[in-house]
Amino acid sequence: MRYLPKSPAEREEMLAAIGVTTAEELFSSIPERYRLKKPLDLPGPMSEAEVIGYFKERAAENSTGYTSFLGAGVYNHLRSVVTDVVIQRGEFLTSYTPYQAEITQGTLQAIFEFQTLMCQLTGQEVANASMYDGSTATTEAVLMAERLTDRQRVLVARSLHPEYRHVLRTYARNCGLRIEEIPYAPDGTMDRKALQAALGDDVAAVVVQSPNFFGVIESAPELAHAVHASGALLVVAITEGVSLGLLKPPAEADIVAMEGQSFGLPPSYGGPFVGVIASREKFVRQLPGRLAGETTDTEGRRGFVLTLATREQHIRREKATSNICTNQALCALAATVHLSLLGKEGLREMAHQNLSKASFALAELEKIPGVRRAFAAPFFNEFTVELPRSVKLVNAQLLKEKIIGPFVLGTAYPELTKHALVCVTETTSRAQIGHFAAALRRVLEQPL
Amino acid sequence: MNSKIKKAGRHTSQNEGLIFEKSSAGKRAFELPPLDVPSVDAATSLGAHHRRHGVEHFPEVSEIEVLRHFTRLSTWNYAIDLGMYPLGSCTMKYNPRVNEFVARLEGLATEHPYQPQELSQGCLRILHLLEKCLLEITGMDSITLQPAAGAQGELTGLLLIRAYLEKQGNARKKVLIPDSAHGTNPATAVIAGYEVENIKSESHGQIDVEKLRELVTEDVAALMVTNPSTLGIFEQRIPEIAEILHSKGALLYMDGANMNALTGITRPGDFGVDVMHLNLHKTFSTPHGGGGPGTGPVAMKKILEPFRPVPVLLEKEGGRLALDSNRPDSIGRVKAFVGNFGLLVRALAYILAYGPGVREATEDAVINANYIRKRLDGVFELPYSLPSMHEVVFSDAIQKKNGVNTMDIAKRLIDYGFHPYTTAFPLIVPGALMIEPTESESKEECDLFIDAMKAIAQEAAENPTLVKTAPHTTRVRRLDEVGAARKPILRWKPSDKPEGDLHHAKKTPHPEATPTV
Repeated sequence: MRYLPKSPAEREEMLAAIGVTTAEELFSSIPERYRLKKPLDLPGPMSEAEVIGYFKERAAENSTGYTSFLGAGVYNHLRSVVTDVVIQRGEFLTSYTPYQAEITQGTLQAIFEFQTLMCQLTGQEVANASMYDGSTATTEAVLMAERLTDRQRVLVARSLHPEYRHVLRTYARNCGLRIEEIPYAPDGTMDRKALQAALGDDVAAVVVQSPNFFGVIESAPELAHAVHASGALLVVAITEGVSLGLLKPPAEADIVAMEGQSFGLPPSYGGPFVGVIASREKFVRQLPGRLAGETTDTEGRRGFVLTLATREQHIRREKATSNICTNQALCALAATVHLSLLGKEGLREMAHQNLSKASFALAELEKIPGVRRAFAAPFFNEFTVELPRSVKLVNAQLLKEKIIGPFVLGTAYPELTKHALVCVTETTSRAQIGHFAAALRRVLEQPL
Repeated sequence: MNSKIKKAGRHTSQNEGLIFEKSSAGKRAFELPPLDVPSVDAATSLGAHHRRHGVEHFPEVSEIEVLRHFTRLSTWNYAIDLGMYPLGSCTMKYNPRVNEFVARLEGLATEHPYQPQELSQGCLRILHLLEKCLLEITGMDSITLQPAAGAQGELTGLLLIRAYLEKQGNARKKVLIPDSAHGTNPATAVIAGYEVENIKSESHGQIDVEKLRELVTEDVAALMVTNPSTLGIFEQRIPEIAEILHSKGALLYMDGANMNALTGITRPGDFGVDVMHLNLHKTFSTPHGGGGPGTGPVAMKKILEPFRPVPVLLEKEGGRLALDSNRPDSIGRVKAFVGNFGLLVRALAYILAYGPGVREATEDAVINANYIRKRLDGVFELPYSLPSMHEVVFSDAIQKKNGVNTMDIAKRLIDYGFHPYTTAFPLIVPGALMIEPTESESKEECDLFIDAMKAIAQEAAENPTLVKTAPHTTRVRRLDEVGAARKPILRWKPSDKPEGDLHHAKKTPHPEATPTV
């Protein structure tokens, strides 16, 4: 087998040195009746060409050739080939968690740079080395708020990503947390009156997403005022990081939980992505996960190490701040390279193109009779439109025109079956927007 | 250094500051195609109070500088691609490059998790085949591919157990965990809402079955066991352990971190395990990437199937596959979307390459560990004498007499061209040297490693200071971890920009650096 570096003679030689005649003898500690008597029933073995062939066949069964207007937490953005070149260097790809700092300075410095970039983007003071994704980062932010406040009620905007809310509920159930949802106002933002009524001195955290799941931008400074007045912490979740190129960062938040997929990671049918958690310096000892810190070696040279590990499971076991061990280091590296490539101007320009194209798309769609913008509050690269009929039915028709239609909000919000969440990024061309608008017009002109 | 050691020479590497320190306003490394729609005024459309004028102090560099920066950083890393990486319990095996290639194919990497399922049949068929393969390998009935890593797999497994017990009327209070377990086990049990009770190992390093019999009461929900244990030893009484738990209505959870010792040889589902996770970044070769991303699928017996996280994969008539979220008894969802799909692709590519021959990989992994054990026994103390499987655990008891500990030996190993083994774990072996070579090492590489370990043992006896001050050949020497924790510097700030030579700017030597793992 091509991955195994032993000749039959070498294998024999090693067995002889061990003092056995067959490899089977090395498994004698496994009770005989539990040892498999026949080979596993698995497909293969396959040569490299056959492996590639198998996956190319599967790829051909997917959506190649379609234009998509899906966002909803996973975004299509331009990526430089340089990012993939860097993260495929074996020195990064095939290295372990940098516990042995002397021979993992590359990974450690890159993590330090990632932490810095995340702080700069979010307006926060500290960020960790990464979480699994935006959904678990949001959940960990809530658990962190519970530890910091010793309170158990959590108010969550209904406009937080439905899957993030679902993950939070799954984790919270056994941690004694009580999750309550705060409705959205007619303009699409979190309902302030409902929030005010729900706030109290037992609330650990208020969780709001911005831009929220309807694409609408929330105002962190105003929310922070109300939340802090009740002694609770404000957690801001961000699913579309590119928005931070053009939007003020939620510096007033106590914890920011972000999905970093937009920073150089392909949609990849849902993962792997990279979760970000950032917060205030005074809360650093309650942060979950790994942290890289700057230090010096015995000769005074700058170097980096994993630090404040006494928060973590391998030291604290059942008293750790989280059970997270493996995180998303290579994805965090991809984000670091991607953001270094984009730079200040590139990120700003990308964000501006998203805003311009989404605004253009909305204007085009609004020209269609019966299509109207659902929420008046400002948006970034996603917006909600109400259609005169079920989005599900409309999308089925759009597929015939090689268009993957917008996200069907009705799947998560039963009251919004005619509402569609449209995403347009810098990768969507004017022609594609035009084709989509024309197709939608045709579909809506057909009798039901 | 012993002149017969052939493996390592001095590595030269270039100085490199932080990316922020290379920044100069007006440079850029990425250009977008021109905007093909009317440009909007951000202040008008977002509201002036929302508008940001670019991210303050974000890097401004050119493409060559970015590539060079990260390439230089990469040369400061050790990696499997450079040589043996015998970290015990981490299974640092070869990461086949075809796996990277197929995960990036158009039609796979490009797919959106919310696209219609009729346009996702390729993705779903990959997931379906991987599920079938992992069930065959583990001998289990049902599986979820959603968890993002081993620790999240553990949590999923315990939530399944909890949901199952709750359905029967009592979620119970405690989870039993052996003292040899990985730290994630107890940390996970707490998040699942359980108290942790530790079980001491008996004198051979195995679970004390008699003690277990006393501990398993109607309050116990599960035992979390790593098999082979973190000593690299098969828990020989595992079927009996399962019986004890089952007789009291409790379940057996297996941490599958060490599945590389069992694949193709024996199946946890056959020896009484009710639920287990797999670390696809260990046994199934997806790259560790400097600490992730991982994946932690959870395989289970039929009794736990109704509680699987949503969505679950279903086969409909005509072979069409669908994701179903309508599962009333489901524990919920442990992360967004179906799972770390890109890694599931890689794991399947690994399995397809081997087919049933995956047994041979297991055999070679166990041959390597036993070969190293045989040849280093006596040079280093072997605290437990039961047969080793995929890894071997020595202790530093012999070298300790000269003041040399496992960490010193590990650091000296770096000078000999190897990544250190796992130090000071498992906790039940004082001064542990936990060595897992994996099947990816040739006899030649194993021999070089053995030679290096013997040379270090000799140095420890004759010149302990040389070992205690190692490494001597790396870009940086031992780092001040105490200082790093006392006054944490966790990000770059503009005012931190040192003047002059970046790497010699801070001359505050700290002779008492005490690294840890």
